[in-house]
Amino acid sequence: MSTSIAAINELQPSGRKLRQQRVEKLIKFFLMIVAASGMLITTGVVVALVRPSIDFFRSISLGEFLGTTAWFPLYEPPDYGVWPLIIGTFSVMLIAVVIAVPGGLAIAFYLSQYASDSIRRKLKPILEILAGVPTVVFGFFAINFIGPNIAAKIWVFSDIGFYSSLSAGITVGLMIMPMMTTLSEDAMAAVPRALVEGAYALGATKRETCTGVIFPAALSGIIAAGVIAMSRAIGETTIVLLAAGSTANFTFDVGQPMQTMSSFIGFAGLGDQPTGSTGYQTIFAVGSLLFVITFILNMFSRKIVARFREVYE
Amino acid sequence: MVDKMVNATIPEVSSTLPKVGSVLRMNLAEGQSSSSANFANEMIMESVGLQVHYGDFLAVRDVNLTIHKSEITALIGPSGCGKSTIIRCFNRMNDLIPSAKVGGNVFYKGIDLYGPEANSGEVRRRIGMVFQKPNPFPKSIYENVAFGPKVNGKPSKKETDEIVERSLKRAALWEEVKDRLKQSAFSLSGGQQQRLCIARALAVNPDVLLMDEPCSALDPIATARIEDLMAEIKTEYPIIIVTHNMQQAARVSDRTAFFNTEIGANATRPTGVLVEYDTTRKIFSNPSDTRTEQYISGRMG
Repeated sequence: MSTSIAAINELQPSGRKLRQQRVEKLIKFFLMIVAASGMLITTGVVVALVRPSIDFFRSISLGEFLGTTAWFPLYEPPDYGVWPLIIGTFSVMLIAVVIAVPGGLAIAFYLSQYASDSIRRKLKPILEILAGVPTVVFGFFAINFIGPNIAAKIWVFSDIGFYSSLSAGITVGLMIMPMMTTLSEDAMAAVPRALVEGAYALGATKRETCTGVIFPAALSGIIAAGVIAMSRAIGETTIVLLAAGSTANFTFDVGQPMQTMSSFIGFAGLGDQPTGSTGYQTIFAVGSLLFVITFILNMFSRKIVARFREVYE
Repeated sequence: MVDKMVNATIPEVSSTLPKVGSVLRMNLAEGQSSSSANFANEMIMESVGLQVHYGDFLAVRDVNLTIHKSEITALIGPSGCGKSTIIRCFNRMNDLIPSAKVGGNVFYKGIDLYGPEANSGEVRRRIGMVFQKPNPFPKSIYENVAFGPKVNGKPSKKETDEIVERSLKRAALWEEVKDRLKQSAFSLSGGQQQRLCIARALAVNPDVLLMDEPCSALDPIATARIEDLMAEIKTEYPIIIVTHNMQQAARVSDRTAFFNTEIGANATRPTGVLVEYDTTRKIFSNPSDTRTEQYISGRMG
């Protein structure tokens, strides 16, 4: 009996080693708290959104919110049909994605497969600078350059005004393009060199290797990049606020001013809505809707990514 | 098939040093392969004064090799002697490495691969390659084999089906995969994946097949299957194989080139040189160079 206790004690740490083990436990606890904070913050955001939203839907029916098409919540008499904001959001997002995804992919292909080392070394920092330009600067760039010089020139289907969702969408697209480029270039760089060599060894040209092997192999990463770019486009506020105006037009004409969900929140949040008023609660109701839409898009794209993962591994 | 496999695995199992020579001689005495005694086979490729620099570093120099129809040529030697670098010169794969600079000539049917009349894509179509690790594309089994024909002049669906079936049969994989052609290539075992890569290379109907240590990631049974396959197809597709495994060179090849390393004047890193190139029988039974003799008897490398 006594010998076995002695044996166990020999296997227990003591002195400095013992203190080190306590430090380990402390570190683990501390890191767990930090990691949990992300979850807590998300929960907090949801709670903060949900309570005023519930108050909002006590006075305004869900039927009016999702069933009518006029959005004048801060006017007298108010209208609470959210569709103009949804259409505005998706118009800007689609224009941005149509520009950023092919553009970003093309740049990524160029940088990772075609560009020489010296060109790559010059181009990449420029793209990184572009990614670091504040969005308010992009917003003024949209008003002063993209709007009059590009959007007004290419949009021939209707009279295009000073504010338009087209110019906002183009500018948001340019803003998210560097991110699309970087993320999809990382995905392409992760394609094993052996696969690329395998394609070249069959006599494939550079383009055939890019489209036939690198693109499909990097597809799940590229889709993930597209999803992140899309989420940023949906959430982008400042550019849209500045370039698309603040009129919630119910229209599919992207030459017209439009309001998106996030730009409405930015616009109304700056105004003087008394706390607890319906106008104030509107902000949270729209915020909840934006949250739900983003959440659904994320879930949906996770499914897509997972599907491609299954096929290719 | 079965006794061939057993025979092939023996050297793997009993590769203690003193035995190596005797096992090899035993294999050779059995008359290891069919056409090797007759060396009147027509030459199809030739390297003359081939050398490769990576930047300023001379990786391998003065390689003169002749590759003949219906034969397997093995490149052996210690690590870093430039075997893989040399085999990659035979289909211009070194073009893909920006710092690599190839000197000398490689001739294919008398045409210089690095001359103005050769296009790298066409070179690689004619001279297929199988890599060290199986590298199937992240596609289905069918699409893997169909990729090469597709990029080399779009055959119809029916033609593609025929090419895929013929190539998989040629690579002795058809029976195992014919019911699951649409499945991902990653669902295959390592040995099957490597045979799929061979089928993929054969699908573009090359004139020569390069194999860069094709069995180094495989177990002895899968290795034996690949070796059987090589023996079967060599009359149609002459093979150049890089191998770390001397027994493999002795088992499968008709000619063997032994490479070694040496440190040249003013050089800090060793450069590969071709020490001896002869029939496999000569290299393994009566080599002319003492370095070859030392290497194959296990006293060096």
